[in-house]
Amino acid sequence: MTDLAMVARVRAGDADAYRVLVERHSRTLFRLAYRMTGNEHDAEDVVQESFLRAYRQLGRFDERASFGTWLYRIAVNCSLDLVRARKRRGEITASADPEMDDPLSTAAAPDPAPDRMAMSGEVRERLSGAMNELSASERTAFVLRHFEGMRIEEVGRVLGCQPGAAKHSVFRAVQKLRRALEPLGSAR
Amino acid sequence: MTHLSEETLILHYYGEENDTPAPEGTLAVERHLEECGECRALYGSLVRTLNMVDALPVPERGEDYGARVWERIEPGLPARRRWLGFTLPPLRWAAAGVALAGLLVAAFFAGRFYPGTRPTPAITAKAPDAQGPERILLVAVGDYLERSQMVLVELANTTAKGPVDISAEQERAGDLVAETRLYRQTAAHTGDTRIDSVLEELERVLVDIKNQPSRMTPRALEELRQRLEAEGIIFKIRVLGANVRSRETTAAERAGSKL
Ligand SMILES: [Zn+2]
Repeated sequence: MTDLAMVARVRAGDADAYRVLVERHSRTLFRLAYRMTGNEHDAEDVVQESFLRAYRQLGRFDERASFGTWLYRIAVNCSLDLVRARKRRGEITASADPEMDDPLSTAAAPDPAPDRMAMSGEVRERLSGAMNELSASERTAFVLRHFEGMRIEEVGRVLGCQPGAAKHSVFRAVQKLRRALEPLGSAR
Repeated sequence: MTHLSEETLILHYYGEENDTPAPEGTLAVERHLEECGECRALYGSLVRTLNMVDALPVPERGEDYGARVWERIEPGLPARRRWLGFTLPPLRWAAAGVALAGLLVAAFFAGRFYPGTRPTPAITAKAPDAQGPERILLVAVGDYLERSQMVLVELANTTAKGPVDISAEQERAGDLVAETRLYRQTAAHTGDTRIDSVLEELERVLVDIKNQPSRMTPRALEELRQRLEAEGIIFKIRVLGANVRSRETTAAERAGSKL
């Protein structure tokens, strides 16, 4: 059965039909939420919260649209709420602070081969650290453009901002990520 | 020779350079990259970075993850509550059963589910008899907190160039004010000043939203957003809600183990 057929059944009062939608979309939503929040626990919270919100807002869902896309949008908003709340509380994970690394030790190291770079734990640390340092809008715009393959204009629609603003968020995100790897010699 | 900007190269990577008013189309960018080592190096570093981003691990969830999500959210779905015998809308239900509600709310509002207060295991061990109603009430409070959070979040995330019609949010805020007062009374009875102060803040915000003109100017919206952010009210509600939900889960598990 298609998503839309299931939505129609939920609207007709069959709450169990919602289970099918939850089971169908949970894992994809988790991947999105993880990339947006960078944290498994938060991602699980986002998934649950998104399905609860979606259920309550189902009356507003336009059946000409795709349920998956609509759900995505809700999950993006849930993730944004969480990321913003966390930034406000000033929570930063240990790996999120590049100042913690000794810049001299990394600069002195010989340039490893690209293949080894891809495997290196330090690259991973730096990249996920840099991801965590992106602002909420940079991170969201980047995740939607890069991982979800949305066009920038679409990213703007999902985030409720102008395409120009979405574009600059993507630019800033990519620039920050690239610069985070520069000291490792991969960005030359 | 004018070099390509990093922005243009990023757009090129995503194949979007033709959709923007950049002077360089795909062909021009490719030609430049062929001829210019400097830009080629910059582009190479971009591609390497983004390839590595792709290689960042994402923890996988198993096949049964969807079923687990369903288990967790199912008790919170409105139709489920009807099935539990909870047919009246929360407000009318509350008015009809205010005395009972007072007793029950008192049982768990007594400083147990706010962070920094007593942990729950002691209560779990006691396993009071009123599990069913307690759980229904927890679901109702959790639902109320979520609906409050949703109104605030929706308004906080609204950005617009012109006036925005917020009459739907105002209607919901109006309903929530009445519910807030009920829960505040109960919290006041049990002497829980921390919960009461969060609810008091929430009530003030909801009343203000209700009293706004139904077409809000972008500036008024921005002011509201800044105020919500400054007070951190959405987060406080979220924390309170999370604690109610975990109490609810405990109650559900108790009910399950008793069956
Ligand atoms: Zn050049």
